[in-house]
Amino acid sequence: MVSHRRYGLRARSSYKAFTQVSKPSFIEIYDVNVAFGAQPVLRDIRLAVPRGQTLVVIGESGCGKTVLLKTLIGLVRPQDGEVLFDGRDLHTMSERELTQERARYGFVFQLAALFDSLTIGQNVAFPLRQHRRLSEREMNEIVLDRLEEVGLPDSVVDKKPAELSGGMRKRVGLARALALDPEIVLYDEPTTGLDPIMSDVINELIIKTRSRGDVTSIVVTHDMNSAMKIADRIVMLYPLARLRPHEPQMIFDGTVEELRQTEDRRVQQFIRGEAGERLNELRQESSRRKSASER
Amino acid sequence: MSGLTAYDPYEEPRPLGPFSGFFNWAADLGRVLIESVEVLGGFALFAWQTIGWLLSRGTRRDTLMPNLYQIGVLSLPVIALTGMFIGMVLAVQTYYQFRQLGLHTTLGSVINMSLVRELGPVLAATMLAGRVGCSMAANLGTMRVTEQIDALTSMGTNPIHYLVVPRFLSCLLMIPALTVMGDFMGVVGGYFFSVFVFDIDKYHYWYHSREFVGAWDLFSGIIKSVFFGGAIALVSCHRGFNSGAGAEGVGRAATSSFVYSFVMILFLDLILNLILDGIASAIWPEGAKFI
Repeated sequence: MVSHRRYGLRARSSYKAFTQVSKPSFIEIYDVNVAFGAQPVLRDIRLAVPRGQTLVVIGESGCGKTVLLKTLIGLVRPQDGEVLFDGRDLHTMSERELTQERARYGFVFQLAALFDSLTIGQNVAFPLRQHRRLSEREMNEIVLDRLEEVGLPDSVVDKKPAELSGGMRKRVGLARALALDPEIVLYDEPTTGLDPIMSDVINELIIKTRSRGDVTSIVVTHDMNSAMKIADRIVMLYPLARLRPHEPQMIFDGTVEELRQTEDRRVQQFIRGEAGERLNELRQESSRRKSASER
Repeated sequence: MSGLTAYDPYEEPRPLGPFSGFFNWAADLGRVLIESVEVLGGFALFAWQTIGWLLSRGTRRDTLMPNLYQIGVLSLPVIALTGMFIGMVLAVQTYYQFRQLGLHTTLGSVINMSLVRELGPVLAATMLAGRVGCSMAANLGTMRVTEQIDALTSMGTNPIHYLVVPRFLSCLLMIPALTVMGDFMGVVGGYFFSVFVFDIDKYHYWYHSREFVGAWDLFSGIIKSVFFGGAIALVSCHRGFNSGAGAEGVGRAATSSFVYSFVMILFLDLILNLILDGIASAIWPEGAKFI
């Protein structure tokens, strides 16, 4: 533990020197490593996000984007490294402190993760009931305000999540995430599975959310149109299985313009959506899998 | 660097020589042992956290009441029906054997003693494990795979306090009432069959029942039921929380919740019988039937 702390401090000072972050960072992660069983997912990830920035994390499926997002809110505990939220390490906080800190976050899940036993109104009111002492009338007002913000009518309040379309559920998820006026909102693939119009509605809502008083946003997506539209900064993760042991997992960190101009073949292939040699790689992987199962 | 390297599950295994069969067997055994210890440790921590939350913070009425209704009120018909049939089956099973010995007038003592001490609590708990335990595991498992449990955590709500404690408390509170109901219906069923079908004199039926079945017998059955209820809730919620992905994972969680709950019920029944009989003989060496 002592050696890890020393290592963390050394890493932090050197990292700040080379990133030259002008604003103080709101979220910082240092040398984070996450593995599930024997399978590493994130390796030595370092990232600093200043307050008010919209950071978009891109990368192909299975590269660890969602795991990174869940690590930032303490849903996944890293084996190694530090996750600092407003200067405090999330993973050294007590359960009570962590609960208080999480009220400063909003999390929009990929499939909305609405509580299917509750109505839409109860879903949006849920964080308010847990963290605020409000009368039913005040709570109803906030619920209707949030639903209106995301473009949903009052008539959905008494419906169950199963009665809504995918786009409506995502917007309810966003309304719920915004209920407590969070300082940071984390979005896990907010436009996946939506038609282009509804995807753009969600993009507009993300941009509108950022303007609600310096809200920091971290968005995980594969949707390049969405990424280009909403990002102040983009980072790209690469699957560990396709990297050599000492290669960095974060293969790009820069603005949208820098992303367009980068010469990294892997990044260009991803943003253009070109399969390249990927199909052959998948075939090779499949034949290795087959021979492993025959053994 | 952390020392973590890219994982390749399809990498060619190293040759182990002539003892490869033994090494594979030892590795499999080791893996099973490690997994078992992990599951047991995980369950112990889960139970500890549940009891910790139960004692440290009150349960909200809006989460407790639906569970009390679901577990208590909706289980009542099935428990009553099961209890009644068990009473009748006991009467049928014992009548012919006791008649050969000329002891059929003592049928009430056998039926009612078996019901209140053993069959009532165990069968009520088994029904609860099937009806409520599987439902809890499937419900929580679905919440796990659709990220609803993560959503709870992300909103600063402890999922054990919000989801497990009300279910645990409802099981603890409702199972004694359900057991009493099951016992009562069993007694009614046994009486009906013995008196109206086998024509046993009702005076003798009740006289022998009163002679052999004491308050301690009923009380020990109810004490056991509280432990059964706690075990069902903890096992089922733990299975649901650790559900695998997809419909298959949820289905497996529901099935394993019943199997593990049933094994726990039988194990606890044995242990609690030994403990409660030891307590009864220490307090009433002459027998507890007169209390």
